[in-house]
Amino acid sequence: MVEVAHLSRGLVPWPGRLAWLRVALVALVAAAWEVVARSGLLYRDVVPSLLAIMQALAVVLATPSFYGHLAVTAGEVAASLVLGGGFGIAIGLALGVSRFLSQAFEHFLYWLGPTPKIILFPILIMWCGVGPASKIGMGAISAFFPIVLSVASGLRAIDPVLVRVGRSFNAGWWQMVAKIYLPAMRVPILNGIRLGFGVALIGTLLAETKLSNAGIGFLVMNAYSLFNMPAMYAMLIVLFTLAIAVNELLGTLIGPRALVAPSKNANRQRGSP
Amino acid sequence: VNNVRRSVPTWWPPLFGLMVVVAIIAAIQGLLVAGVLNRYIVPLPTEVMAAIPRLFLEEDIFARFLTTLEECLIAFVLVAMIGIALGALLYRLQLLRAAVESSIAAFASAPIVLMYPLFLVVFGRATRTVVIIGLIAGLPPVILKTVEGLATTRRVLIDVGRSFNLSQLQLFAKILFPAALPTIFVGLRLGLIFALINIIGVEFLINFGGLGQIINDLAERYDIAGTYAAILFVVAISMLFFAVTEWIERWLRSHT
Repeated sequence: MVEVAHLSRGLVPWPGRLAWLRVALVALVAAAWEVVARSGLLYRDVVPSLLAIMQALAVVLATPSFYGHLAVTAGEVAASLVLGGGFGIAIGLALGVSRFLSQAFEHFLYWLGPTPKIILFPILIMWCGVGPASKIGMGAISAFFPIVLSVASGLRAIDPVLVRVGRSFNAGWWQMVAKIYLPAMRVPILNGIRLGFGVALIGTLLAETKLSNAGIGFLVMNAYSLFNMPAMYAMLIVLFTLAIAVNELLGTLIGPRALVAPSKNANRQRGSP
Repeated sequence: VNNVRRSVPTWWPPLFGLMVVVAIIAAIQGLLVAGVLNRYIVPLPTEVMAAIPRLFLEEDIFARFLTTLEECLIAFVLVAMIGIALGALLYRLQLLRAAVESSIAAFASAPIVLMYPLFLVVFGRATRTVVIIGLIAGLPPVILKTVEGLATTRRVLIDVGRSFNLSQLQLFAKILFPAALPTIFVGLRLGLIFALINIIGVEFLINFGGLGQIINDLAERYDIAGTYAAILFVVAISMLFFAVTEWIERWLRSHT
């Protein structure tokens, strides 16, 4: 929106120029990396050559057990999204509908939202043990906050005209939900899930690096303790690619209009003053 | 949405919320005393309260707080300087902005903090590692919000500046920057909160530094009441950070 308006003024970059610049930037970063790697400026093992990283990537992707660990992490993140998202949507709807509940409890959520959730991990270990359950708990708590706040403020932001249109057509309860509320809530719910996915992934993985015996976080720490830096980079590349892909996918579901760059702040903006 | 209950006095809902929280804590105490909940997993709320003075006297939690605060301040000054400078640069170079803006947003959504073992290797188990991770976590929102703020400056304001024959630098200092400041501050606030989250998180993970480490320490000593009390302390600190930045932002908005 703003971006397009802005680009049209001054130097109008045609798509080809933009693509070339992107390619050039990637090449520049790769070249700089390779120079640092070969120069031995930093320890060679810390910044391995790109070739070594690509080889490690091939090895990692060809190792069957890698997919097992990937599945463990993916399962944990999915379970934590279902759990945190379920509670988040239910409580968010309650807070959005009731002014009283919102005034009574929502400020607690705003206060707890920016707390680093990883500090709760010792408690989760005591409650759920050292297995996947404590990681799921970690991810669920992380995902809960952006989802609940996004849903609550989204429900409040529904244009009252839409609701009145539904009423004037004499829509029944179920019709109101299906035709008015759900379509209007699609963007805030998906936005919340998108933010929730990001923090759930971080929460789960950090918990895995702290204490676990399975999952990508465990593999990364394992590679670190063996000082196998190329493998560590390779796994981080796979992970970042997957994270960005899921993020983009959710972004496309939301639609281009709602894709304002750092929508992370959506969970911190107050829905109503 | 609900304008039925306008007659409720404004103090009642927050008070009700507080009462519910107190009631839940009292219920936990009751269930623990009755033996329904396991006291080796959940400490008595009264024990947690009693542990707070101990944190100050024996664990020197105030010094820990100052350590974390110092890391946050260094990270934050760096975030503000580098982030605003990069944002202004991207605003000037529209083509570069078009090429990298979405990558910065994607970068912000990737779990960068997971790279902490790497930073450990490069920078050692030291304060600078913690600060640098905080810096990287805090940068993206500041860059993106600075570009957004500068780009959405009203045309009229820029035209006024042009009509006064301001130089590029003057135009930036007198018109663009002040106009973008409220938006930039939204980014700074997010950046500060992201930096705080990652700093405490990394302290906890690598068992080094301020508030994050103390939780790890207490948990490893199996001091359950102490762990809970220290977590409450960190939650209080985050709330304080949140409230202070929100207050500054509101003050800034009403004075610009």
